[in-house]
Amino acid sequence: MTPTYYLVLSGVLFTIGTIGVLVRRNAIVVFMCIELMLNAVNLTLVTFSRINGGLDGQIMAFFVMVVAAAEVVVGLAIITSIFRTRRSASVDDSNLLKY
Amino acid sequence: MTVSVYEEIAFWILGPLSLAGALGMLFSRSAVHSALWLVLTMLSLGVLYMVQDAPFLGIVQIIVYTGAIMMLFLFVLMLAGRESSDSVVEVLRGQRIWASLLGIGLAGLVVAGVARSLGDVTPAGLDNPAANGSGGPGNVANIGQSLFTRYLFPFELTSALLITAAIGAMVLAYTRKQAKGGKNRQREMVNMRFRENTRPGALPGPGVFATADSVATPALLPDGSIAKESLSRIIETTPVTQIEEDEALADRHPDAHALTGAARDGDDGASIVASPASEERSE
Repeated sequence: MTPTYYLVLSGVLFTIGTIGVLVRRNAIVVFMCIELMLNAVNLTLVTFSRINGGLDGQIMAFFVMVVAAAEVVVGLAIITSIFRTRRSASVDDSNLLKY
Repeated sequence: MTVSVYEEIAFWILGPLSLAGALGMLFSRSAVHSALWLVLTMLSLGVLYMVQDAPFLGIVQIIVYTGAIMMLFLFVLMLAGRESSDSVVEVLRGQRIWASLLGIGLAGLVVAGVARSLGDVTPAGLDNPAANGSGGPGNVANIGQSLFTRYLFPFELTSALLITAAIGAMVLAYTRKQAKGGKNRQREMVNMRFRENTRPGALPGPGVFATADSVATPALLPDGSIAKESLSRIIETTPVTQIEEDEALADRHPDAHALTGAARDGDDGASIVASPASEERSE
């Protein structure tokens, strides 16, 4: 076993997140899938940091976590305000800009 | 063979666990179950970070992701979308099948590419001092030193990002109910109450224990008359209308001199207290 296994696992997790974003309809679950993709990328960064023998990848993963936290705060606030006006958390119901 | 046996054991336990969590999140109908499955994935990934010489990131992953972010998700789920499970209706025909096929294709491409290019790479590892920088031994100390020297400017930028995110969340979560004019404050409520010329204070309580222990007993004013406001109109047995009829029949107002004993002109001493309705009730 080499660290490449981690990269394979990360690729599979990223793909599951992508499929979730495409398939799921609940906006909050779509958001969770995005979080899963970010986590998969973090695993890649940590693994690359180890392969390269430097801490730069870990620091990059740290910054990704900070950005993810800020993104979650704003995104969930947006979802909450959409739910407050439309009484629905489904991405299909927010179709005002459709055409 | 480049990793230790323990790491291999940890990987083959935690890797399938994180995969199971991701798949559970993808396939569970309820959004709350999805969140809990994702927590499993994130915990497994956190331990995998620790296994991979990144103890700081592992702890941060557990604290920030599963402790803060996922709990925020659960809070919002309880507020907003708990009952709204996914609709089974496909808006675009065949979208799920195509998404699954493309996803599997993407996974195949990524995995094949990574496996071909990095199939038998030898990790440099983070044990050597050259990799760790000048912070001495220890992952946390080295990350801290890198953050505050080489990555100082991006680190400061994250503070601006976090402040912007906090203000953005406040602006977005601000409702009209909290805005001016949406909901009356206490001062406006007081002004409104006095301006409407109604009774500003509390209503008098019923006359429980004065003559009876029923809450339908009216309270008596100092002159012995009935305080009509003390009778609850909600209680069906309260004969408010009966009292009003009696008063109309008696055509009398409360005697202001009842306490001093001074008799009014034409007062025969009978007060409206002795109305039949209140007598009946006090039995």
